[in-house]
Amino acid sequence: MDLSAYPLELPKGDCPMVRFMNVTKSYGSLVVLDNLNLDIQRGEMVSVIGPSGSGKTTVLRMLMTLETINGGVIYIDGKPLTHMARGGRLVPADEAHLRRMRASIGMCFQHFNLFPHMTALQNCMEGPVQVLGLSKAEARARAEELLAMVGMIEKKDQHPSRLSGGQQQRVAIARALAMRPRIMLFDEVTSALDPEVIGEVTEVIRKLVAEHDLTMLMVTHQMGFARDISDRICFFYKGKIEEQAAPEQFFTNPQKERTQQFLRAVKDAD
Amino acid sequence: MWDFLQTYGPRLFDGALVTSAQFVLAALVACAAALAAGLGRLSAFWPVRGLATVYIEIFRGTSLLVQLYWIFFVLPLFGVSLPKFEAGFLSVGLNVGAYGAEIVRGAIQAVPKGQWEASYALSMSPAKRMRRIILPQALVLMLPPWGNLMIELLKGTALVALISVPDLMFVAKQINGATFRSAEAFGAALLIYYILARFLITPAMRRLERVMARRLGRA
Ligand SMILES: Nc1ncnc2c1ncn2[C@@H]1O[C@H](COP(=O)(O)OP(=O)(O)O)[C@@H](O)[C@H]1O
Ligand SMILES: [Mg+2]
Repeated sequence: MDLSAYPLELPKGDCPMVRFMNVTKSYGSLVVLDNLNLDIQRGEMVSVIGPSGSGKTTVLRMLMTLETINGGVIYIDGKPLTHMARGGRLVPADEAHLRRMRASIGMCFQHFNLFPHMTALQNCMEGPVQVLGLSKAEARARAEELLAMVGMIEKKDQHPSRLSGGQQQRVAIARALAMRPRIMLFDEVTSALDPEVIGEVTEVIRKLVAEHDLTMLMVTHQMGFARDISDRICFFYKGKIEEQAAPEQFFTNPQKERTQQFLRAVKDAD
Repeated sequence: MWDFLQTYGPRLFDGALVTSAQFVLAALVACAAALAAGLGRLSAFWPVRGLATVYIEIFRGTSLLVQLYWIFFVLPLFGVSLPKFEAGFLSVGLNVGAYGAEIVRGAIQAVPKGQWEASYALSMSPAKRMRRIILPQALVLMLPPWGNLMIELLKGTALVALISVPDLMFVAKQINGATFRSAEAFGAALLIYYILARFLITPAMRRLERVMARRLGRA
């Protein structure tokens, strides 16, 4: 792959928070993402929607560096994430570079993935103490503040096995926020939840959008929610962005045939 | 029977003490070896992986008795001589550790992928991820098979009598040789091994399983 066409850094000033530049991802011969170009601005909330298998989760996992990419470069705040500058050229990032860079990214998963051997509070203190090197007292104060924000302070000493799915997901959001990320990724965080508790998780995300200047990328099947809170909707189809627009425009006046089909299909399912 | 116990009880008791000491020390060796080799098998670094594989293959693929004789009789020819007591628990421990290594590896791999990913997303270093997130959960998974292995280990210690470590089996053989009361001598040994396994090791492992389950907030 020729990396010389990619800048070592994006010009300061108005560079986006996240830039996917010609990013390709494949598993063997299966091309999952094909030459993806996507910018996300500082503080922007972008919702990713699309049929199952269209590559939505993969976009998030590449950004979290859980997956390596096969082509292109991802930049975070103007600096290469998947690569690093060495001797005036970009080379694939090493483990240390990835760990440093991904510290500014937090992720919430469909199945929460809380640590079962720790209480809610300990879950939220683990990263700050072990990774950021905060004192126990500082980490506890930060964790309690966040648990209060997600409405889970009363349950802070419970283990995940004692919490409902909605409660676990709220703790997982607090755990990710405790690392003070600048970018938050949500991968279908309400898909594994019973319908009656979905609201308590979406409320938390609404609050984040309203009160924080986080940059957020959210994969969701909840069209109404996405329409309410997003600055932009990205519709993925077979590993490509088929259409993207501001929510009003996207939902009231979709341009592409495939988008219209997809929106009709989800409406019928409701 | 009663007069037999009165005469030989104290010696059998001493033998049982030696057996218990062999058991405890061999168990420590087995735990350390199993952890090192189990982690080694999962290492990204091929020489470490190779070393762990060679250890596991050798100690699982050959008989414990032969290993014991090697460590006690052959190693001295290479300038490493160990007293019989140390040679005894070391052989048994290393042998059982090789089986334990596969349990450790299996348990680590059985920790859900989401746990690896969540700790990765928190930027935890691989060492911290293993120590703080993966191993505590793997430990809970490995305890039940590990309990069986500990019983095997106890039985395995009987072989150290063959290099004259004065354990329970050794004492029983001595008494048998001196009195020809085989039924009583080996009967008593049988009973003591059973009691150690059934009333000490098994309940201790069960207890440990309960404590670990509680730590996961499950109990
Ligand atoms: N580890 C993997 N190995 C092989 N194929 C994978 C792997 N992960 C995802 N895929 C494939 O990549 C495609 C996109 O997956 P994904 O990003 O999870 O889709 P979405 O989240 O939109 O449903 C799917 O066809 C899926 O089968
Ligand atoms: Mg998905």
